[in-house]
Amino acid sequence: MEDKIATHVRDIPRSGIRDFFEVVQTMRDVISLGIGEPDFTTPWHIREAALFSLEKGRTGYTSNLGLPRLRESIAAYVARNFHITYDAPTEVLVSVGVSEALDVALRALLNPGDEVLYHEPCYVSYSPSAILAHGVPVAVPVHEKDHFQLRAEDLEKRITPRSKVLLLNFPTNPTGATMPREALEQIADVCRRHDLIVLSDEIYAELTYDGADHVSIATLPGMRERTVFFHGVSKAWAMTGFRIGYACAPRVLIEAMMKIHQYAILCAPTTSQDAAIEALDHGEAAMRHMRDEYGLRRNYITAALNAMGLPCPLPRGAFYVFPDIRSTGLSSREFSLRLLQEKKVAVVPGPAFGACGEGFVRCSYATGLDQIKIAMQRMKEFVEEMR
Amino acid sequence: METLLRLLQQDCTTPREELAQLLNLSPDELHTQIATLEKEGVIRGYQAIVDKERLDRNTVTALIEVRITPERGGGFDRIAERIAKFDQVASCYLMSGGYDLMVVVEGGSLREVASFVTEKLSTLESVISTATHFRLKAYKVNGALLVSDTPDERLPVSP
Repeated sequence: MEDKIATHVRDIPRSGIRDFFEVVQTMRDVISLGIGEPDFTTPWHIREAALFSLEKGRTGYTSNLGLPRLRESIAAYVARNFHITYDAPTEVLVSVGVSEALDVALRALLNPGDEVLYHEPCYVSYSPSAILAHGVPVAVPVHEKDHFQLRAEDLEKRITPRSKVLLLNFPTNPTGATMPREALEQIADVCRRHDLIVLSDEIYAELTYDGADHVSIATLPGMRERTVFFHGVSKAWAMTGFRIGYACAPRVLIEAMMKIHQYAILCAPTTSQDAAIEALDHGEAAMRHMRDEYGLRRNYITAALNAMGLPCPLPRGAFYVFPDIRSTGLSSREFSLRLLQEKKVAVVPGPAFGACGEGFVRCSYATGLDQIKIAMQRMKEFVEEMR
Repeated sequence: METLLRLLQQDCTTPREELAQLLNLSPDELHTQIATLEKEGVIRGYQAIVDKERLDRNTVTALIEVRITPERGGGFDRIAERIAKFDQVASCYLMSGGYDLMVVVEGGSLREVASFVTEKLSTLESVISTATHFRLKAYKVNGALLVSDTPDERLPVSP
C-alpha cells in the first residue's frame, strides 16, 4: 500500500515531536516542560459565552469567511492593537487555527517549485506545509548570538529567482525571540526589493514582555499589500481547543484563500466563533493576568537555567526558553531522553524545530510555577551529574 | 510594586529569594520595596486563609446589615469604630444603599451569633435595625477557589 501514497507526502519525515511524545506517554509522574499550549483554562466569561451560544441553539454553519460579527471584532481588535486597518467583510478570513489559514495561504500562493523562505528553528509545520503545497522550503538559520532574530543579510543570501514567500513567526516558537522595529525594517526592505509575499504568524503577539510593543511587519511602509497577517485566540486566551485562527490580507489574497477554505473546511466551528467574539471584545483583563503570570515564570526559569550553567538569553516573547545544553557534552536528543529517564522531566530536543536547533532544548513555561520549581531542581541535579 | 503585592497576597510565605527571582530584582531591592510597603501601611499584616469547614468544631459566619443614626459631629465613624472593636466582628464596612454598615461576625454557634446581635449590637443607641444572614457554604475566599477546577488533561508533549 505504501506505494500508493503520494510521493511528496511519503517523503515528509515523521515529526520529531511525535517521536518524543510517544516516549513520554509511556512514563508516569513526568513533569512536562514540553507542552506548547497554555496551562490556564479558558477564562470563564469566554467559556460562558460558548455555553450561551449553545443555549440559544446556534448550531448551524456560518458564512464561509466566518460570522460577520466576529470579523468585525477581529478588524477592530487588529486596528486597536496592531494599528493595521482591514475591511471586515472582504479582508478577514476566520480559520480553524492559524495552522489551517497558513496551509490555505500556501496552497493559494504557490506554483510547483516556488520557494518558501522561513527562519529556523521554527514551528514544526512550516516546512511540511510548504511541501504539501508543492513548494520548496528554504530554511534560514538564526543564531543564539543574535537572540534568535532573523538577520536581513542571512535572508538575502538564500533568495533565488524562485523565492516567492517569506514565512515569519515573531514572537517565535521555540526560541521566544521577538523582532524590534529596526530589525523588521531591514527584513521589509528585502521583501520589497525581491517582491516577496510575507506570511506573518503572530499568534504569540500578546505574549510580549517587559512592556515592549509588538510590531507587525504589515505596519511598515509598502508591506500591508504584500503581507498576510495571521493571528488567533489560542495563546492569548488559552483557547487552543476552540480552534479559532484568522487571516487578514488584501482582498485578492483572501478571495483566493477562501476558494480552498470553503471546499476543505466550509467554516470554523460556530460555538468557537461566538466564544472568540467574547475574547476579542472583552478579554483584555484576563489576557493581561495570564501574561503577567507567564512573565514571572519566565524570570524564574531563565535565572534557574543560567544558574545551572545552561545559558539562555531572557526571551522577550511567547512562553518558551531555548537553553544551550552543549556544555553537558550531550546531543539534544540524548540530553532530553536521559533527563526524562533519569529525572522524569520532559523537554523537547531542539532539532525537532529544525536541524540548527541541535545543541539546544525547548522548555515551555506554560506550566504552573510549583511544577517549574521541581523541574528546575531536578534539571540542576542532572546537569551536575553530567559534568 | 503591584506585582509584588499580588504575589504577597497570593502567598506571603514565598521565600524572599524566590520572590526576587520571579520579579527579576536583587534581594536588596526586594527588601527595600517590602520594607517601604510595610512602613507606609500599605501592607497591614500577614495572615493564613483558613477553610473553617474543615475544622471539626462548628463555626458560624454571619453577614449583618446594620442601619444606624449618624451622630452630629461624628457621622458614622464613632459608632462604626465602636462596633468594629468587638472581638466577634471579623470585618466592618460602611456601605452605600439600603443600610449603613456591613458587619461580618464569626462565632461558635448560631446562638452565640444571635446573642451578640440581640445583646450587643441591637442595644446600641444609634442602631435602628439589623438583618442577619448566615453563611451556608464558601466557594471562593480572598481570591482562593475552594472548589477544584478541571484537572490538567493536556498532551504531555505538543508543538
